[in-house]
Amino acid sequence: MAKVTIKVNGTNQTRAVEDRTLLVNFLRDELGLTGTHVGCDTSQCGCCTVHVNGRAVKSCTLLAAQANGAEVLTIEGMAKKGKLHPIQQAFSECHGLQCGFCTPGMIMATAGLLKDNANPTEEQIYKGLEGNLCRCTGYINIVKAVKRSAKLLRGKAR
Amino acid sequence: MYALNYVKAKSVQEAAEFLAANPEAKLLAGGMTLLPTLKQRLARPTHLVDIAGLPELRRIEAKGGRLVVGAGMKHHEVATSAVVKKAIPALAGLAGEIGDPQVRNQGTIGGSVANNDPAADYPAAVLGLGATVVTTKREIAADDYFQGLFTTALGEGEIVVRVEFPLPKKAAYCKFHHPASGYAVAGVFIAQTAGGVRVAVTGAGPGVFRWSAAEAALAKGLKPAALESAKLDASGLNSDIHADREYRANLVRVMAKRALAKLSGKK
Ligand SMILES: Cc1cc2nc3c(=O)[nH]c(=O)nc-3n(C[C@H](O)[C@H](O)[C@H](O)COP(=O)(O)OP(=O)(O)OC[C@H]3O[C@@H](n4cnc5c(N)ncnc54)[C@H](O)[C@@H]3O)c2cc1C
Ligand code: FES
Ligand code: FES
Repeated sequence: MAKVTIKVNGTNQTRAVEDRTLLVNFLRDELGLTGTHVGCDTSQCGCCTVHVNGRAVKSCTLLAAQANGAEVLTIEGMAKKGKLHPIQQAFSECHGLQCGFCTPGMIMATAGLLKDNANPTEEQIYKGLEGNLCRCTGYINIVKAVKRSAKLLRGKAR
Repeated sequence: MYALNYVKAKSVQEAAEFLAANPEAKLLAGGMTLLPTLKQRLARPTHLVDIAGLPELRRIEAKGGRLVVGAGMKHHEVATSAVVKKAIPALAGLAGEIGDPQVRNQGTIGGSVANNDPAADYPAAVLGLGATVVTTKREIAADDYFQGLFTTALGEGEIVVRVEFPLPKKAAYCKFHHPASGYAVAGVFIAQTAGGVRVAVTGAGPGVFRWSAAEAALAKGLKPAALESAKLDASGLNSDIHADREYRANLVRVMAKRALAKLSGKK
């Protein structure tokens, strides 16, 4: 067993888990944070995307033990005081989802992309979301939502 | 994934000693190749020895005509490093084209070079630039290091510490990436080095290889026409549902021409 302490959405969480426990299972099964989804479990779809120490990673391809001592941000940590994060707001406004299964991962990947590049071109958005798959939307509205997110975030910064 | 024991190494030496004492233990770096393999139960290590983040493996430095990249550097870090961009822009560009952003935030150069996937990108740069793989035991020239499909010169318990790239006059990489995985269906790295022109091909064969006919043709001048007639035997290339061997041979030629155009366009 591994004793793991991870700061999840600002709160330290300590659990004793099997060494082979994946970060995504730590979040979902130990902490009940089921917003992080498992779409493929083969590192392809990005539904499980969370931020570890500020960078977007696939939490199905990381052991909880590897994240010991790290800061993790999940979709549950995005909204503040009942107010949607600008990226969440943009996905809602632009109808950037249909079934919503890929959405938490898309939003966390978008947050990662916009951190590196506050005003991405369409081409850069495609590249930035290369690690995320959506089976419903055809991506058009997701790309719109990312553009709108960038606008909202830049507006806020000004 | 079978049950296993996770061990966080405090130093490269401690990791090496642990591997020597536990022959069924395996190194864990970014885990972007190893964890998917373990999930499929294709391997059953007793221990995973985590070397990610060890300070000894986390260098990027250009000095004495060489660029040194520590084995623990992540693809994203190499892609965005000002030092790498200045020393060998083609290497930064290559790292930035690996997989997707999440993969680049986790995967390391050491893991990629140790794994030697036949469609991986880094092996093309390491071989194309004539780099040296420095391990806990010795220094291995790229020409001796890569030995075909998932095979390298690494011995049991040998750890890649860093890769040292001699600075080329010019270098360029071009790959046709698989639209789903991002891996190279064919990728060509061309470098104009002190020792002549080197052309390394990944994705197309059972392992990265030097295309010697193209090297000989380009030695007479960096002209696209030289690549047109350079011999490439398709019979040894990979054939699968993504591309048959004749198509791959053609792709290699096309990627080589594009890399050459990049090489001639800018440094
Ligand atoms: C969705 C997806 C897409 C990808 N696309 C690409 C792509 O387009 N191009 C590409 O090149 N790669 C691609 N990869 C692979 C990726 O680049 C991996 O990061 C890399 O192959 C392995 O690096 P790692 O640090 O994750 O190693 P790990 O998975 O931790 O380890 C891989 C192997 O190397 C060994 N090892 C690790 N570090 C060392 C060391 N320092 N010394 C000795 N042995 C060591 C381990 O024991 C293991 O056997 C992709 C992966 C995924 C999941
Ligand atoms: S569930 Fe992690 S990438 Fe699909
Ligand atoms: S909205 Fe259904 S998978 Fe993306």
